[in-house]
Amino acid sequence: MTAYIIRRVLATIPVMAIVALFVFSLLYIAPGDPAAVIAGDQATPQDVERIRASLGLDRSFLVRFGAWLWDIVHGNLGTSIFTNLPVTTMIAQRIEPTLSLMILTLILAISIAVPMGVLAAWKQGTWIDRAVMGFAVLGFSIPVFVVGYLLAYIFALELDWLPVQGYTALKNGIGPWLQNLILPAVALGGVYIALIARITRATMLEVLSQDYIRTARAKGAGQRSILFLHALKNAAVPIVTVIGIGIALLIGGAVVTESVFAIPGLGRLTVDAILRRDYPVIQGVVLLFSFVYVLVNLAIDLLYTLFDPRIRY
Amino acid sequence: MASASTLAPGGIDVGAYAAAPVMPDVLPPVKPKKGFIGFLRRNPTIAVGGFLLLLMLFVAIFAPVLGTVDPTALAPAKRTREPSSMYWFGSDMLGRDVYSRVLYGARVSLLVGFSVAFLASIVGLTIGMIAGYIRLADSIIMRIMDGLMSIPPILLAIALMALTRGSVQNVIIAITIAEIPRVSRLVRGVVLSLREQPYVEAAVAAGTRTPMIILRHILPNTLAPITVQATYICAAAMITEAILSFIGAGTPPIIPSWGNIMAEGRALWQVKPYIVFFPAVFLSITVLAVNLLGDGLRDALDPRMAKRL
Repeated sequence: MTAYIIRRVLATIPVMAIVALFVFSLLYIAPGDPAAVIAGDQATPQDVERIRASLGLDRSFLVRFGAWLWDIVHGNLGTSIFTNLPVTTMIAQRIEPTLSLMILTLILAISIAVPMGVLAAWKQGTWIDRAVMGFAVLGFSIPVFVVGYLLAYIFALELDWLPVQGYTALKNGIGPWLQNLILPAVALGGVYIALIARITRATMLEVLSQDYIRTARAKGAGQRSILFLHALKNAAVPIVTVIGIGIALLIGGAVVTESVFAIPGLGRLTVDAILRRDYPVIQGVVLLFSFVYVLVNLAIDLLYTLFDPRIRY
Repeated sequence: MASASTLAPGGIDVGAYAAAPVMPDVLPPVKPKKGFIGFLRRNPTIAVGGFLLLLMLFVAIFAPVLGTVDPTALAPAKRTREPSSMYWFGSDMLGRDVYSRVLYGARVSLLVGFSVAFLASIVGLTIGMIAGYIRLADSIIMRIMDGLMSIPPILLAIALMALTRGSVQNVIIAITIAEIPRVSRLVRGVVLSLREQPYVEAAVAAGTRTPMIILRHILPNTLAPITVQATYICAAAMITEAILSFIGAGTPPIIPSWGNIMAEGRALWQVKPYIVFFPAVFLSITVLAVNLLGDGLRDALDPRMAKRL
């Protein structure tokens, strides 16, 4: 058990190293010379050269990568070219809306998708099943910003039930916070719900045909207890895996959703950084999102041992 | 997908049952229709998806003769007109005809979708084959792919686009790079399991050379899963292109693409929702068509898989 955990944790190191190397190369080959930008228009070539040396930009790729990695490990993601603020500060300012949006979406999606998938598997072949699967195809096909505009148009513009755009910090009360986030969360959750519902149905179908389910039926267990206690528990591993992998969809979708709903989060920060070619910020956000993604999936892998005691590598 | 149970069950020979001796010989035995039409009737998802996709392809190819005007022609005096007989889908804030722009936009979407699907499949097939066949390369390649896969694909594409100027070609390259890891992984998995198959082992035992085994036994068996995967990649690429263009990091504004049109309509969407609405509908229908095609192909190519998903 402990050996498995240690091995699994160690296995993420090369993955993170590849991500770091990739993200660093991004900055390395990015067009534009940071030294020239910092020196300004009036600078002589000697000035630029001096600044380049003081920034360490004249050193080799590997030396610079090492220095950069050293900074990252110490929580220094560099300075924005555009605002001159540390990237960590900029990320800290923007993290709450994005985190709120993603957590709300996660809760919403799981609590809708899992029952949907279970229901579809239970009623396999009926119109309920077909409706769920039809919804799943639509969920995969309608891009997140299309759903976003559609929801905003119906529920904010036409019905006037919810605010059209914007974000209210959690400290101003959970009501306004939720009001602003509910439409973005539903829009962002579409694909995710489709994904989870589909895998839940598939796994449940497989589990429901197992002998131990027949045994549970034979001993007189109720339908609900069979579905949610016996079957869902045994179907948990693939479902949880997909929930973890699907977080990549959430991260990608958040960038767009925040643009549609004018939420000042990390997604907007990314978009602004792209338009201004603010490479340190792009780098910082990509690095942060990727590390979070890797860590979440690591946590899920370790959770397996709870769901399925047979997993002991 | 869904229709696994509603579809005419692909593999079952209905005729054999109809001809069973207990059946009264009143009706002629039902034979599954042969040929292309029969195939479509047995796979309605392929038929619907294929039809919609062909329709979009038609729109893309014949955009200039479908009642369109120059999609980049400005008409400042006729800005933001509501949809009418003159402007079928209305006009945008520069007075450009949204109908023409949306129809021309199909070209970008389909070009990006097909190109990425093709390129990612070819490169992914090659990398997956190497990883599946050369043990030494396997661990290195798969570590790199794991690393790339832990960067969310849209973010990866955005990061790559930040390095270059916006152009359709760069969009295709960026999305392709973001999709390659998944294909490589799929192919590697298929190759590894195929190598254990008795017929491959038999070929090895009979002294068949490795290149011949790959060509005869491995490659043909990877084609079905890779075709299915390619359709999903095509759908994902279309969405990613639209997202990139929507946030201003994709197709340059001079070329009308569905993401671009939506980005331009964004500022006005509360008062002039049709500018965003029409490209959104076209994009959704096209992606839906490709997804349906993919689901149908998966069911048709792998009946065992069809039962599960």
